[in-house]
Amino acid sequence: MDQEPDAELLARLRAGDERAFVTLVRRHHAAMLSVAAGYVPSMAVAEEVVQDTWLGVLRGLGGFEGRSSVRTWLFRILVNRARTAGVRERRSVAIGDAEPAVDRSRFDSTGHWAVPPEHWVEEADNRLDAAKLAGRLRSAVSELPDRQREVVMLRDVEGLSSEEVCSVLDISEGNQRVLLHRGRSRLRQMLETELGRV
Amino acid sequence: MLLKLRFLRREIVCQQAVELVTDYLDGALSRADRRRFEAHLAGCPNCTEYLAQMRATIELTGGITADDLTQHMQDEFIELYRQWRADPDGR
Repeated sequence: MDQEPDAELLARLRAGDERAFVTLVRRHHAAMLSVAAGYVPSMAVAEEVVQDTWLGVLRGLGGFEGRSSVRTWLFRILVNRARTAGVRERRSVAIGDAEPAVDRSRFDSTGHWAVPPEHWVEEADNRLDAAKLAGRLRSAVSELPDRQREVVMLRDVEGLSSEEVCSVLDISEGNQRVLLHRGRSRLRQMLETELGRV
Repeated sequence: MLLKLRFLRREIVCQQAVELVTDYLDGALSRADRRRFEAHLAGCPNCTEYLAQMRATIELTGGITADDLTQHMQDEFIELYRQWRADPDGR
């Protein structure tokens, strides 16, 4: 895996290194596409937004002073462009709708587990090979509601901090955490369903 | 009666605990809530398991590697880069 820091890649990219550009694109492509897809009507438009973002990144290289992380900078440009390109009405973050982390039917009337979590953590390594598991997870992530997927991709896949995500998406910490919680909870449920049965 | 009410308010049940996991992991709980959450975990193997599963979920999600770029896409990006090199400001 290429672990060269983004900032060093940027420096090489300024110096005309095509490979550095491809490495940087590859590293962030899936997350960028996934985030862009939440704003525009089709994957084709999302791909255009991503390309347009990279052009913006290249043209903005001179002005990037490293005050934010490269990722934050990248995704801020992406979200701005995706918003501009987006024809789909951006649904507001419906925090009021209670979507429980775990289905209510699994608790008794006093709020204690009636159907406790099935064990699967130990199985994650054995039952499915890593590639298959990553494939299932990737499709589960892609099926999350747009806003949840966006936050999960940025926090848990791209590794942005909570603060960075709020700044990129222009949402409050509270909203960010609710979306993250719901997204992660759905993914956990998927893993339990997939791996749990003993 | 008053004492009992106060006691009840402090107890967290499983259904509430599972909703606090992300706040807990982000260090966003108040000190009092954090203590209640941890006190609940200490007596509840199911919620302890649940927390471990959420941690595992986060770790596994962090490992979903990007779909590799197709050769075609890679060529397109190289083309984009060359265009920029030839004309940095896009005039």
